[in-house]
Amino acid sequence: MEGAYDNIESKFPGRKIRVLVAKPALDGHDRGVLMLAKALRDAGMEVLYAGLLPTPEKVARIAVDEDVDVVALSLHNGAHLTAFPEVKKWLDKLGASDIQCVGGGIIPPEDREKLERMGITGNYGPGTPLSIIIDHIKKAAYRKWELELKEKESKN
Amino acid sequence: MPDEKRWIDETLTPWNKGKIEKRVNSSNIELKLIYGPWDVNIDYDKDLGFPGEYPFTRGVYPDMYRGKLWTMRMFSGFGTPEDTNKRLKYLLSHGETGLSIAFDMPTLYGYDADSERAHGEVGKCGVNVSSLQDMETIFKDIPLDKVSTSMTINAPANILMAMYIVVGEKQGVPKERLSGTVQADILKEYIAQKEWLYPPEAHMRIIRDMMVYSTKYMPKWNYISISGYHIREAGASAVQELAFTLADGFEYVKMGIENGLDVDSFAPRLSFFFNSSINFFEEIAKFRAARRIWAREMKETFGAKNPRSMILRFHTQTSGYTLTWQQPYNNIVRTAIEALAAVLGGTQSLHTNSFDEAWALPSEQAVEIALRTQQILAYETGVADVIDPLGGSYYVEYLTDKMEEEAYKYFRIIESMGGVVNAIKNGYLQREIAATSYEHQKKIETGEEKVVGVNIFQKENEQPINILKIDYTAENLQIERLRKLKMKRDERKVKESLEKLREVYLSDENSMEAVIEAVRNYATLEEIANVGREVFGGWKEPMII
Repeated sequence: MEGAYDNIESKFPGRKIRVLVAKPALDGHDRGVLMLAKALRDAGMEVLYAGLLPTPEKVARIAVDEDVDVVALSLHNGAHLTAFPEVKKWLDKLGASDIQCVGGGIIPPEDREKLERMGITGNYGPGTPLSIIIDHIKKAAYRKWELELKEKESKN
Repeated sequence: MPDEKRWIDETLTPWNKGKIEKRVNSSNIELKLIYGPWDVNIDYDKDLGFPGEYPFTRGVYPDMYRGKLWTMRMFSGFGTPEDTNKRLKYLLSHGETGLSIAFDMPTLYGYDADSERAHGEVGKCGVNVSSLQDMETIFKDIPLDKVSTSMTINAPANILMAMYIVVGEKQGVPKERLSGTVQADILKEYIAQKEWLYPPEAHMRIIRDMMVYSTKYMPKWNYISISGYHIREAGASAVQELAFTLADGFEYVKMGIENGLDVDSFAPRLSFFFNSSINFFEEIAKFRAARRIWAREMKETFGAKNPRSMILRFHTQTSGYTLTWQQPYNNIVRTAIEALAAVLGGTQSLHTNSFDEAWALPSEQAVEIALRTQQILAYETGVADVIDPLGGSYYVEYLTDKMEEEAYKYFRIIESMGGVVNAIKNGYLQREIAATSYEHQKKIETGEEKVVGVNIFQKENEQPINILKIDYTAENLQIERLRKLKMKRDERKVKESLEKLREVYLSDENSMEAVIEAVRNYATLEEIANVGREVFGGWKEPMII
């Protein structure tokens, strides 16, 4: 599986990864999300920030309108099990299942597995090096690009 | 005067060949190898003084911990009001001396349990309070004249304060005898924690109402706790925490004076809340500098005459940010060291974090260890025997001066922008914090800043720990309870009192009585908050990144 993305960048010369970072619930703890936004930008990605307190629906709509590759979700309020899947549900509803959802925050290990099964990957906790998160988001974006390629090929 | 240069030339340089690794603290103050009398220029009476005397650098009370230990105040709250009532009683029976309530996110943002926005969050990060009946349950069998209660509530602080007053009434305890604190510091919400309902001006007016009301009727009530804790947690350095928090404090004092209050009538009830983080001496210096700056400004700038207006009383919480997910038991040690810094810094009350908080809300066992940490400090170590034991340390005195000097630089910048509210509206304060936080993280990434278990001495396989399981039925229970309440309350009275509140909000009258009346009639938190939302509108943060 990993190998499949090896050369995906070369198929899209000059294309930058577009990421929407968001906190899709009642949670103002934005240290992590602001830091991540800066780090992703420094890593050469185009970063959008959904601002504070958007609903999951709003996050999904921004993601679709802005045509992002990845939605990076962060919560420190224990609502990840309801709010993250809700974003995913809205993305599916809006016909954007290819937009990748990654998560992070204060997420107990067993919830991590549950989120993974619902299609939200990563789910990194505090103390995770930014390099690991950046790498994960890159891979997620390349997965999206792959899906685009596949869809194009199937149309041809 | 001893000659530092001579020592460097004759002894140090031959020893280390001039090689010294550069060290800075969280405030980016570069640290020398040693500090001596040549680094400090102390005028004892002017700069330090005796404890309980101006400028209070050494402590706010004459006998400090020998007279009364700091209050061990563990912040707690989760699930339903019943769950929290049980936890509070548990803590009281284990020697805790002050209550401190954590509310869930819907409560903090002024939404009821049955709101669409509350879904998935009821009872998660604290206890859910949707109406007076929930507060009645939280304090069931806890006599309000026997405890002091700190409530970590900000945007809807006036509503929760009103609920506490009415619970007191129902227990037969008049408001004059209620002792406690609401956090109510909205400025730091815009700066750091980002929990607001209305624009800054509207919230400031509500704080004014609480200030005036408490000053008149509630002599034992701290109507605000000016908080640096969240500013620090959001990524600020120690100096930024110090400067932004005190700047917020000055803003509230100005507001009181501008509204015709005599500074000595309200300032004695102002209290503070700081973070104690892991850089030990820097934290101690921060607390000492805070006391000195506050005393001086209250006296010289704001014309306070009563020494009680000049003393900076503060609560401390150990740093949540420094707790690591990796090797969580190490956090017990971090917390103990941070707690020690708070005690040596002269705190009036203390919350020690639990070691499992990077994983989840704390378990009962973890909370107990955190409380025991304070008890060991208080009763076994002797650190509470002598007041300000680090006073006179060249290093600590140097750092205290330096923190003060750096804080004044920020005061001047904020002043030049026209005050804190403007510095929030233009995003300056938020951006400063975000920049510090990112720089700090980059240092961790490169290994320049070392964190045990995170970027050094890592373990391959982290063993899971036992964590608190929140009962997911809290949401349904709270929704059902609200439904029943709405059936049995007097709807006409609810409507009338909300209408009255609207009129009061639209005028410039004091709004506390109107809020209390609405609460008494069991108007819900969200219904009351909505009156403000309609009158004042909402608030959107300026671009930070």
